[in-house]
Amino acid sequence: MRLSYPPNIKIIKVPCTGKVDVLYLLKAFQNGADGVYVAGCMEGDCHYLTGNIRARKRVEYAKKILDETGIGGDRLAMYNMSAAQAPRFVEVANEMFEHIKKLGPNPIKQSLTNTPAPTRAEEVEQ
Amino acid sequence: MIIGESKPLKDILFMIQNYSKIIVAGCRGCVTVCSAGGEKEVGILAAAISLARQKEGKPIEIKEVTLERQCDPEYLEEVRSFIDEYEAVVSIACGAGVQFMAEKYRKVPILPGINTNFIGVTEEQGVWTERCQSCGNCKLHLTGGICPIARCSKSLLNGPCGGSSNGKCEINPEVDCAWQLIIDVLREQGRLDLLEMIIPINDWRTSRDGGPRKIIREDLKL
Repeated sequence: MRLSYPPNIKIIKVPCTGKVDVLYLLKAFQNGADGVYVAGCMEGDCHYLTGNIRARKRVEYAKKILDETGIGGDRLAMYNMSAAQAPRFVEVANEMFEHIKKLGPNPIKQSLTNTPAPTRAEEVEQ
Repeated sequence: MIIGESKPLKDILFMIQNYSKIIVAGCRGCVTVCSAGGEKEVGILAAAISLARQKEGKPIEIKEVTLERQCDPEYLEEVRSFIDEYEAVVSIACGAGVQFMAEKYRKVPILPGINTNFIGVTEEQGVWTERCQSCGNCKLHLTGGICPIARCSKSLLNGPCGGSSNGKCEINPEVDCAWQLIIDVLREQGRLDLLEMIIPINDWRTSRDGGPRKIIREDLKL
């Protein structure tokens, strides 16, 4: 179909959204992501039965933490779509892009630019 | 096990507001099992603190450690080589672990990152309930394995009271009447005659009424 979606959306592949941990979501924001969304399979269609349902609960929990930190839980979202719904994928990508654009950059960006980012070697070491 | 739950982040942020270099210390004991203070929760708390402080424009350096147990002196030694380099420690062990670390390291403020709630069990993944009040005077042999001290809202030893209704306690329709549970299990076991026995007044000297408790086993001492 060769549909296009905003180029600044970086895709991180996981075997199932059930693999998505609260810590992964927080780390994304720590590393400067302006927004994060988890794209899982349709509820009821999970190959592992409940992976996407667990992911949704974890997203809700992480949203609460983000609210408490002041980053804002509304920068995080969970969507469900099937692998065959490319137009829906693009629609969600655009929707999230517009939503985050309205919210502006990640509030920690300022301090991130003041401190040098760890080199790849340092990250691996950690 | 000992069950705890995270303190609100704002409370932790308040405790550490004047520090810029801290340790977040977890425990691999009970609080790991109840998902309040294990290695994973250390990571989540450190990430949350870091995000909040960066947002405030007051970045903070955080070292993450998780000790085997914070209630045993040998494991607390694991932080001795570097603890003095930090301004404070947020311990997410139970209250015993926090205090023991504070005793061993008097120069560094040891701050509690969780609230310690009760001695209980994992009823199902994500659900914990109280079972024991550590009164020091166990009578589960008389009560069908159900503790009236911990599970009866009035800690009645010869219940039930008039507040028992359809198997539930008057304080909350979701709370089981412990004495209903006791009678049910004794009936199933054919031991209802135990109810004829009056359980004497509890000796609370073995509980907190006798002050802080201590057990010494001379045979085990080195």
